[in-house]
Amino acid sequence: MSIESAKAKELVSENPGESSLWGDAWIRLRANRLATVSLFFFVLITVITIIGPEIFSLEYDQQDLDNTFSAPNSSHFFGTDNLGRDLFARVLHGGRISLAVGFLATAVSLVIGVAYGTMSGYLGGKTDALLMRIVDILYSLPFTIFVILLMVLFGRNFILLFIAIGAVEWLTMARITRAQTLSLKKAEFIEAARALGYSHYRIVARHILPNLLGPVIVYATLTVPAVMLLEAVLSFLGLGVQAPMSSWGSLIKEGSEKMDIAPWLILFPGIFFSLTLLSLNFLGDGLRDALDPKSAKE
Amino acid sequence: MSKFILLRILQAIPTLLVIATLTFFMTRMAPGGPFDSEKNIPAEIKAKLESHFGLDRPLHEQYFLYLQNLLHGDLGPSFKYMGWEVSELIAKAFPVSAQLGLLSLGIALLLGLPTGIVAALRKNSKYDYLLMTIAMIGICLPTFVLGPLLILIFSSWLGWLPPLGWYSLSDMFLPSLTLGLFYAAYIARLTRAGMLETLNQDYIRTARAKGASPIRVISRHALKGGLLPVVTFLGPAFAGLISGSFIIESIFFIPGLGKFFVTAAFNRDYTMVLGTVLFYACLIIILNLIVDVIQATLDPRSRNL
Repeated sequence: MSIESAKAKELVSENPGESSLWGDAWIRLRANRLATVSLFFFVLITVITIIGPEIFSLEYDQQDLDNTFSAPNSSHFFGTDNLGRDLFARVLHGGRISLAVGFLATAVSLVIGVAYGTMSGYLGGKTDALLMRIVDILYSLPFTIFVILLMVLFGRNFILLFIAIGAVEWLTMARITRAQTLSLKKAEFIEAARALGYSHYRIVARHILPNLLGPVIVYATLTVPAVMLLEAVLSFLGLGVQAPMSSWGSLIKEGSEKMDIAPWLILFPGIFFSLTLLSLNFLGDGLRDALDPKSAKE
Repeated sequence: MSKFILLRILQAIPTLLVIATLTFFMTRMAPGGPFDSEKNIPAEIKAKLESHFGLDRPLHEQYFLYLQNLLHGDLGPSFKYMGWEVSELIAKAFPVSAQLGLLSLGIALLLGLPTGIVAALRKNSKYDYLLMTIAMIGICLPTFVLGPLLILIFSSWLGWLPPLGWYSLSDMFLPSLTLGLFYAAYIARLTRAGMLETLNQDYIRTARAKGASPIRVISRHALKGGLLPVVTFLGPAFAGLISGSFIIESIFFIPGLGKFFVTAAFNRDYTMVLGTVLFYACLIIILNLIVDVIQATLDPRSRNL
């Protein structure tokens, strides 16, 4: 780690002309090998799941009934399931759903959390105390239980899945942005903006929000795997994505039921899912170290 | 300290009220009722059943009646398991879940603490990197991938352990290991970080300078401070163990409370759902309180609240 940070410092000082927060952060991130590999891997997975099915013209529900439960071979890279569906196609399509849920639900939680946290921190005083007390109470609710309850009671609605997961994940985001806003509010440039007579809206939108971007990006990167995990848990319990569509979670569930005959059915989705989570977690850690070098102490 | 505990218990009351209200109206707003799925049930009998359980009354009346009963500690009768009280069902199913949770926590601590301590003492060595890589993999391997894989290896291929059930100690090993490994990995990382921070403190150097043996330095001086992050983590860990047990119980077919809860929600067993949610909430609140008390004992600075 210390070698890497020394290398990063060297790289930063090599380019004194173009020194910006994001430029420096990018250099620091590149010096972190684990994070770079993770970023590369994650982009690769995303690209494959998006364009892979189009290139190989793979259908996730097309059946090849002569080849049910066939082990991985040259025509079916990952083998087939009990209905003769190509597992490679299903893993790629499942990845689309899992990643889409991850990103969309994170976006939902981001919007709610940042709006709530910024408002609470900027307004301060009694409003802040009240808003944060609400967050405290919500924090102590057994939320996974509520999400499960919601999905069971109101059926397996795709939209509901986003709302339910987004509603759980915004709390931490609100806390982070609130703390950040509180400290920004005391900064001199905000005071200057006030003295110039700018409206509250303009101060928040033009001066506070851009400065929140760093921590928000870091936390969002760490929220995506958490959300994907929650979606997979729901799908595993049979409450998420429904057949013939598949997410990685539902594929793992199907695979676990048939793994005695066809172990590849759980191995491939399991490997893809775990590696994606791993890379996102490493990337999030790397981004945090890159954007806030102070936190990267060993 | 007793004032602190009392305050926390008082704070729990509004939280529980919010949970009860939310769950009550959520279950009632959901489509379907507890007696809808019965086969060919005559309308008269359905009406009779509903009036017997008070479901024909206005919703707000039902709500206040439920709260009133709740104040007496009465969770009401189950709608699906005729003749059973909700509290009896919980008393029957919870011990199984509690066993699973405690065994998993035991495994997590037994594996995680020594691993973290060794990694911290041999910082940046081969062992450190190896152990921490394993821990990172453990964190990213979800229980619903790990569980089936363990069954595949230890039951299907090797035939050493049974794949399901909850009768003997050998049944309990695989489920507890599956649930416990994630927490073991997390605890290992926390322990390592906490120990590293503590080992750099001045008082550790003082203890060493005074000639205390390495074992004494670690066990008497470093552990107390180094384990604080682990104790803090135990609060969220308990909540995680509870919701994690839903998955484990469904993988290994264990008759625990998690399985009851999901079934009850599917069946629209209103009182059972409410009772289980409230029970879980109380459990989490109490466990968090215990963790806070332990933390305050270990670190006097966190006492002034």
